[in-house]
Amino acid sequence: MKFRKIVLATAVAVTGASALVAGSAWAQAKEQYLPVLSYRTGAYAPNGTPTANGIVDYYKLVNARGGINGVKLLVEECETMYDTARSVECYERLKGKNGGAALIHPWSTGATFALTEKAPVDKIPLITTGYGRSESADGTVFKWNFPLLGTYWVAADAIVQAIGAKEGGMDKLKGKKIALVYHDSPFGKEPIPLLQERAKMLGFDLQLLPVTAPGVEQKATWLQIRQARPDYTLLWGWGVMNSTALKEAQATGYPREKMYGVWWSGAEPDVRDVGQGAKGYNAVTLQHGTDKSAPIVKEILAKLHDKGQGTGPRDEVGETLYLRGVVSAAMGVEGIRAAQERFGKGKVMTGEQVRWGLENLNLTQAKLDALGFKGVLRGPISTSCADHVGSGAARIHTWDGSKWVFSSGWIESDQQIIKPMVRSTASKYAAEKKLTARTPADCQS
Amino acid sequence: MLYRENGQFKTSYSADQQIFPIAQDRWLVGALIALAFVAVPLLASDYLMRAILIPFLIFSLAAVGVNILVGYCGQISLGSGAFMAVGAYGAYNFFVRLPGLPLIPALILGGLCATAFGILFGLPSLRVRGLYLAVATLAAQFFADWMFLRIKWFTMDTPSGSVAVSNLQVFGLPLESAASKYLFCLAVLAVIALLAKNLVRSAIGREWMAIRDMDVAAAVIGIRPMYAKLSAFAVSSFIIGVAGALWAFVYLGAWEPSAFSVDYSFRLLFMVIIGGLGSIMGSFFGAAFIVVLPIALSQFLPAVAGLFGVEISTTAVSHAELMIFGGLIVWFLIVEPHGLAKLWSIGKQKLRLWPFPH
Repeated sequence: MKFRKIVLATAVAVTGASALVAGSAWAQAKEQYLPVLSYRTGAYAPNGTPTANGIVDYYKLVNARGGINGVKLLVEECETMYDTARSVECYERLKGKNGGAALIHPWSTGATFALTEKAPVDKIPLITTGYGRSESADGTVFKWNFPLLGTYWVAADAIVQAIGAKEGGMDKLKGKKIALVYHDSPFGKEPIPLLQERAKMLGFDLQLLPVTAPGVEQKATWLQIRQARPDYTLLWGWGVMNSTALKEAQATGYPREKMYGVWWSGAEPDVRDVGQGAKGYNAVTLQHGTDKSAPIVKEILAKLHDKGQGTGPRDEVGETLYLRGVVSAAMGVEGIRAAQERFGKGKVMTGEQVRWGLENLNLTQAKLDALGFKGVLRGPISTSCADHVGSGAARIHTWDGSKWVFSSGWIESDQQIIKPMVRSTASKYAAEKKLTARTPADCQS
Repeated sequence: MLYRENGQFKTSYSADQQIFPIAQDRWLVGALIALAFVAVPLLASDYLMRAILIPFLIFSLAAVGVNILVGYCGQISLGSGAFMAVGAYGAYNFFVRLPGLPLIPALILGGLCATAFGILFGLPSLRVRGLYLAVATLAAQFFADWMFLRIKWFTMDTPSGSVAVSNLQVFGLPLESAASKYLFCLAVLAVIALLAKNLVRSAIGREWMAIRDMDVAAAVIGIRPMYAKLSAFAVSSFIIGVAGALWAFVYLGAWEPSAFSVDYSFRLLFMVIIGGLGSIMGSFFGAAFIVVLPIALSQFLPAVAGLFGVEISTTAVSHAELMIFGGLIVWFLIVEPHGLAKLWSIGKQKLRLWPFPH
């Protein structure tokens, strides 16, 4: 008995040690390795868990559909707790395993910043669907970053346009007061440059109200709002900050109809606790919102959850954060598919090849519909060497007390404002880093 | 049998004052250092160096700094995260604003910024003690968080408030590969740990310990409490500041103020308590316990479960990791309240008598 125990312990120790030392040695053929950085524990777990479920479910669905031209996906999760240092550790642990990671979703602004410095060295594309750094839309400077489906600047611009439409014309915004209640971190500060630009153009007054992380203490902020009485309030919050803000708005008597959140502030966990108190609250959605009757949701339910192979609770399938996971995973998969079309169908792609694929996405509405995203995503989503976003469309959805409903049509963000801002911020970054912009030849590679 | 000091005679004062008076200790430490400098970069994988050893080295360095303040001088501080942040942002500002400034002077200047900040927030220690001081130093943490979020000058007016460094070089050699980063951190740690060890053995170290053990008695025998306490704050925050700069420059590359949140203050305090208060060696044990153990557990648990044919979810692994980690902290503190370093020295004591204990 004792001997068996010793043997067992040795075996365990050896497995553990070899996993540490020679993680990269286990290459496997014909499986595309896709690591997932997720945060199912920690302060932001209520938001991180549905997202992670969506990603994993979509990869499972791709495998159930037969893989990408026959190449199955090998998925591994790593828990980051939304902590930048843990995210970097996870990234380092997973990047070289099983023949190398084809792409990484950092799922946190802090991690995005840290990994932006590492990805060019390791040649792994970073997909940040609707988050991360806005200036990374410029692919000539940020070769490895892909803020697909819109950036925070797209979101902020869409909100300004939606407010303009509500007022009956963009010129009506002149003299209006708009407050931005934001999470005091790089994430919360992202929309400020765009809003300042818009305020200058349209003549509204922008008031900046930072809230210290994690955002449970907002009494002073809402006192300021009560005094200043802004015409509209934008909410750039995350996790527990959102429901706190809505409760404070309710207590202050600030009309929720005049509040617009970013998409991180516009999912079910943010408003569910507030319930009726959040009725009328709006949030921008980059491409998709909650859609429980979408074909992709039905397919996931039928092929995975009905067979007991789904991830997470069944009734969360199709909610905003879950769909965000699904959609971002789909973008990665389509990048791999595009790469296979050039570098060989049915082959396992490297990070560099996937980068080319992500840079040459051409997802027409027909293709998106065929994938099951009818009504969820709007085509065309097409990227290029210079444009790593692919789409600038957004919608507004409104909480009716029990569910999110779309309250606007598609809003195209104004690229004439965003493009020059992206260009100038990216070139400032390039100058700081002494990077030269990519040449046309590099774009073809 | 192997660990016996019979026949090792000290014939000079310098022999009597060595850091490791027993020859076997010297050999072991020498071998360890050689292993760390030569064998590890040759053998260890990129992941092991980048994600485990570099954080371990940097946190060991920070723990040495915290140990000087908390362990040797008895001034409980919860501002260590702030000192790290000041070191990181200080080094960043010197590095970016003075073009051509080499990395090592930038790190030292960052450390000096942290020294000034540490002395400033050490002033309350002249009036308050113990837990009261811990709460007072917590102010440093909040102040640093506020400063680096709101004063745009420190972050070079970047729109997002996140800063980054790149193209690091030491003596013309690029600090890019895992091995070069690891060796750089190791060299910094080795130099500073040696200095710190000698400092705590010297007159000033004795003053710190006297203040820690009973400050009134220390004052009576002629130790100036102000000088002793503030010098402990200065030395400790310099080391923590350098560690913070290394964490930002070498490990993260790009960071925001939340990279040095109050969490880190607590973590560093736990490191020195678990590792052993008043022991340079203990700082290494503590850092290993807090930095390496959770990562090891998170990889070990799925492997163990796999052995029994069970597949456990990521959530279960991370919850189990937290529980086991917490359990181990409690267990270690019950078994040895003086920390892992004390266990180590008990082990050595027993080895000296082995195999004939009396």
